[in-house]
Amino acid sequence: MGKELAIDAVTVLQGGQCRVENFSTALPAGQVYALLGPNGAGKSSLLRALAGHPDYAIASGSLTCDGESLRELSAEQRARKGLFLAFQSPVELPGVPISQLLRAARQVRLEEGQILDVLAFHGELLAAMDRLAMDHSWAGRGVNEGCSGGEKKRCELLQILLLKPRYALLDEMDSGLDRDALRLMAGVLDGLRREGMGILLVTHRKSLLDLLPPDRVLLLRDGKLLRSGGRELLHGWEMGKGGEAAEP
Amino acid sequence: MKFTGEDAERLAEEGNFSYATDYAYDAGQGLGEETVRYISSLKEEAPWLLDFRLRCLEQFRRSAMPDWAPLKKADIDFSAIRYYLARDRVPRRSWEDVPDAVKSTFDRLGVPEREKKFLAGVEAQFDSEMAYAHLQEELAERGVLFVSSAEGLRDHCDLFRPFFGKIVPAEDNPFAALNGAVFSGGSFIHVPAGIVLEKPLQAYFRINAENFGQFERTLIVAGENSEVTYLEGCTAPRFETATLHAAVVELVALPGAKIHYLTVQNWSRNVYNLVTKRGLAREGAQIRWLDCNIGSRLTMKYPAVLLAGRGARGEMVSLSIAARGQQQDTGARMVHLAPQTSSRIIAKSLSIGDGIATYRGSVTVAAGASACRSHTRCDALLLHPESVSRTYPKLSGHGDGCTLEHEAAVSKISEEQLFYLRQRGFGENQAIGLLVNGFFQDLLRRFPLEYAVELRRLLEMEVEA
Repeated sequence: MGKELAIDAVTVLQGGQCRVENFSTALPAGQVYALLGPNGAGKSSLLRALAGHPDYAIASGSLTCDGESLRELSAEQRARKGLFLAFQSPVELPGVPISQLLRAARQVRLEEGQILDVLAFHGELLAAMDRLAMDHSWAGRGVNEGCSGGEKKRCELLQILLLKPRYALLDEMDSGLDRDALRLMAGVLDGLRREGMGILLVTHRKSLLDLLPPDRVLLLRDGKLLRSGGRELLHGWEMGKGGEAAEP
Repeated sequence: MKFTGEDAERLAEEGNFSYATDYAYDAGQGLGEETVRYISSLKEEAPWLLDFRLRCLEQFRRSAMPDWAPLKKADIDFSAIRYYLARDRVPRRSWEDVPDAVKSTFDRLGVPEREKKFLAGVEAQFDSEMAYAHLQEELAERGVLFVSSAEGLRDHCDLFRPFFGKIVPAEDNPFAALNGAVFSGGSFIHVPAGIVLEKPLQAYFRINAENFGQFERTLIVAGENSEVTYLEGCTAPRFETATLHAAVVELVALPGAKIHYLTVQNWSRNVYNLVTKRGLAREGAQIRWLDCNIGSRLTMKYPAVLLAGRGARGEMVSLSIAARGQQQDTGARMVHLAPQTSSRIIAKSLSIGDGIATYRGSVTVAAGASACRSHTRCDALLLHPESVSRTYPKLSGHGDGCTLEHEAAVSKISEEQLFYLRQRGFGENQAIGLLVNGFFQDLLRRFPLEYAVELRRLLEMEVEA
């Protein structure tokens, strides 16, 4: 079996309700899949369930990462296996500096007994910040603390750069970004994709899909996978938030 | 209080910070006139000091705890406490002279390393007498005295006696009186006028005997326009029966002087930590307390600043953690006695499990003290549904044109924050540890780097316990 994030017949329950039903796809390493659908279609619920949110249970189906089952694992174990969720509305962590968070997150990903090379890490952090045009002083700021929507998204991307996940689930990663920032983000994500990161992308913005062309498009409505296919599905698909799923 | 991560783990495992020690001088158990006389004679004290002790004992017997106190005198069996112990009465100045058993304690706690690294002088108290006191030549050259309480009162009586027992009188509370009767150990510091000490002075002390109350007494006198920072940190052994720590700290900042007093305390879970701290700030002087309370069964501590001269400034920054079964009853007192004085109080507390964190603050402005300013900020973080936080602020102003402000907030860790961190790869306890560290972050920054690192580790240990 090739390297892929395989989601097979997954049903997601939250608060006693079925949010996603019998969803299947297999995202290969190094590819971009776009998950599209109107608000309330179940996109965020699916991503949260994949990441192991305790309130979003995978009631049936399987989830494997490069052949290894994740379904029985806790959220933190899945994260350490290389699954990353970029949040739609990242929560603020007052007083927890981004540098401290990332340093600790890198440490927990090491084998027991290994100690992070802090100097090398710091160099890497600054280089990543340069790449994202973030001021270095940002490293000492509390995670998402007092940040605008766009700044929070940039901070999520910084974490992806430093944590190097195998598969990234991006929940409206583009919201709040201006055109230049969007271009920058798409460029960085494309670079990561080339290095082998798989991306499952939830977005309402056509321009992001122009900048980061998906290998596959998945259309979700009412918790069900409506269609799955190539980029041709984008034609005629209504990208707006209301997302009246104008089917091709 | 210098741990390595390994030490911390070992200590957590053993649950016991103590070493076997044989005591050369022991006042035995119980509190009576003969105990006080014994301590005084052993220290070869002047008659006035014995009189002071006996007056304090009398005051202690008469006194009662205030109604609001979470502790009554009857809660402690004073007859079962050992009031004086000393391994060796003579303070040691050369590292070579320090007994091996004592060295092993210091090695474990990293005292020599710390000294090597940065500090002007390390003074450590091993039980009630100093086992190791080292004055750097720099201090001596600049006329700074950094001595034990016994030495200060014997050899430098003229400098210390005018202030001794005046800032915290025995009448203040029963434990201040008790301290006056049986005190031993502690640091006396005198900084001459105009001397600015860039490096902090540091004390290290610990309790190392069961049923042995530690009653150290600290007095710092900062001459006009001088500046001094004092650091005290302690760990205490864990024993089955309650241990009493009743200290008194008096600070005197003469006109234009600045005193910064930092405390990091991590008491074992059975200690009653009852400390009276008070400073007197004269014209244009500044006194800042930075106080960190971890551990103990009950801590009662309300550092105060008497702002007694025009333009004097007082600050109290407090960080406390009430873990399961613990009570941190802390706060601050600012007394504005002169015009244009200002004060600031920042208190942050964390309650874990059924831990109770209480803030008691009092800001008063005397009649005639005009144009004073005071600001209080009180934040509490509750970790569990059963965690408790209480706030009792008291503001009373008489002076003209005064501004007294108080802000308070209580918060909890949200599910969304926990999930965010777990998604980044942290276990739940680690995630809570990060968030708790974040809550205290702005206060931790105020500690010297080494202390801040230790504190972070301690916070994580508390949260993960």
